[in-house]
Amino acid sequence: MKVTLPSPVADYTAGRRVVDAHGVSLAALLADLERQFPGIRFRMIDEQDAIRPHIKVFVNRDPVATLAHPLAEADEVLIVAALSGG
Amino acid sequence: MAANKLHILVGTRKGLFVLSADRARKRWSMAGPHFLGQTVNHALIDPRDGRTLLAAVKAGHLGPTVFRSTDLGRTWREAKRPPAFPKAGADEEGVAVDHVFWLTPGHAKTPGRWYAGTSPQGLFVTHDGGDTWDSVAGFNANRANDPWIVKGSDGPPDGATLHSINIDPFDPAHIYLGLSAGGIFESRDEGATWKPLNRGCAADFLPDPDAEYGHDPHCLRVHPKVRDVVYQQNHCGIYRLDRKASRWVRVGENMPKAIGDIGFPMVLHPRDAKTLWVFPMDGTTVWPRVPIGGKPAAYVSRDAGASWKRLDQGLPPAQGWFTVKRQAMCTDGLDRAGLYFGTTSGEVWASFDEGEAWHCLCLHLPEIYAVESAVAA
Repeated sequence: MKVTLPSPVADYTAGRRVVDAHGVSLAALLADLERQFPGIRFRMIDEQDAIRPHIKVFVNRDPVATLAHPLAEADEVLIVAALSGG
Repeated sequence: MAANKLHILVGTRKGLFVLSADRARKRWSMAGPHFLGQTVNHALIDPRDGRTLLAAVKAGHLGPTVFRSTDLGRTWREAKRPPAFPKAGADEEGVAVDHVFWLTPGHAKTPGRWYAGTSPQGLFVTHDGGDTWDSVAGFNANRANDPWIVKGSDGPPDGATLHSINIDPFDPAHIYLGLSAGGIFESRDEGATWKPLNRGCAADFLPDPDAEYGHDPHCLRVHPKVRDVVYQQNHCGIYRLDRKASRWVRVGENMPKAIGDIGFPMVLHPRDAKTLWVFPMDGTTVWPRVPIGGKPAAYVSRDAGASWKRLDQGLPPAQGWFTVKRQAMCTDGLDRAGLYFGTTSGEVWASFDEGEAWHCLCLHLPEIYAVESAVAA
C-alpha cells in the first residue's frame, strides 16, 4: 500500500516521501518499513510500542492511535510530523 | 594512525560542530554542522582508539538515537539498537527514553564498551563500540521502586537526567554516576548493584539535612590518573571526596562569598589531582544560572579546593549573561593544559595556559550543550 512519510525521516529513505509497504496491521506495516529502511521505526515508535508524541498516523485520513489498527491493501497511510512549534 | 590533531567536539541544540587545530593550538578550523537541526546532547571520541566518535542525537519530532563515525564525521552509521528500556509487562507502566543525555567510554581494559545515561533516568551499555545497546538491569530493572529515581514529569525542565558516568580508572567494575535529581550513586560490581554516596553533601531543598539520597549533583569527576580522587559540582556547592572516605567535604566554602559555589561544569587537571576548575553561576533567589553580576569567570583551585583564584582575562568584563552547561567545559589534556567552554549563546572560549587568558574561538553557534576534546588523527 501507499505510505506517505514525514520529512524528518527522509534520511532513511534516500529522500523518498512516498514508499510502498505492506502489512495486515499498522504494526506489521511498520515492521516492513523497518525491513526496508533500517532504523526508521524507532525514530517514530518508542520501545513501548507507542507512537511518539510528535508523530501522527492517519489511515484513509482517519487518525490512528495504536499499532494494532488493522490495514487492508487498498488503504493509504499518512504519517506526519505534527505541528509542534511556532 | 598518528594522533597529531586536537579536536573539540561541540554538541549544540541544532547540530554537532568540530573545531580542529594542530597541537600548538595556533590555527583552528571548523567542520559541520553534522545533524543540522537535531539536538546533540553529547559527543566524544573514544580515547582508547582515537577514532570512534559517538554522538547522542535527537530531532524534535523523532525518537532518540546514537550515531557512530570512525572518520571524524565524514560518514556516520546509526546504532542498530539505540538505548531503549525493556518492553513493559502487561501490568507494568512502560517507560521510554526521551533523549540520550550522556556518553562515557568504558575502562581501558574493556575496549568497545561505552555507557549512556538518559532522560528519563536510565543506564545503558554497549560492548561493540556503540552499535547495539543494552539496558543495565542492575540500575534500570527496579526503577519503578527505587525512591531516588525521578518519576513522571518531576525534575528539571528538560527532564530528569542520568549523567556524569565515571569509570574508576583503577577498577573497571567500579562505576560512579549522578542523577539530577537523586544524588551520586556507585556500583562496585559493574552495575549489578548500587549504593547512594551523598553523605556530607547539602540538599537545602530537602527537609532532612543529612538525607541519604535526593541530592542534585550537577557534575561529578573522578581523577583519571590519581587513585580515589573524586570531586563534584553540586546544586548546593563544590565538594571533594577522598576515598576510602564516604563523606563529602564542601571545598566550595573557600570560594569568595560574593561568588558562591554554585555552577554546572567541573574540570579536573589531567595530571595534577589538586587542580580543578569551575565556572560559577548565580544560584541565588530564582536561580538565574548566569555569571554573577554578568561578569563571566572561571575559578581554579590548585590545592584541592582549599583556595580559589579568579580567571577572567579576555572574558567579557560586563554584561555577559550566558550559561555554561554541565558537559560544556573540558580540558585537552595537553601540557600546558588547554581549557574550553561553550555557552548557551553559542560561543566557544579557549585558554591555552590553564585559564590565565581566554580567547573566543567562535561565535554564533546554536545553544551549546556539550564540549569535549580529543587528540586524534
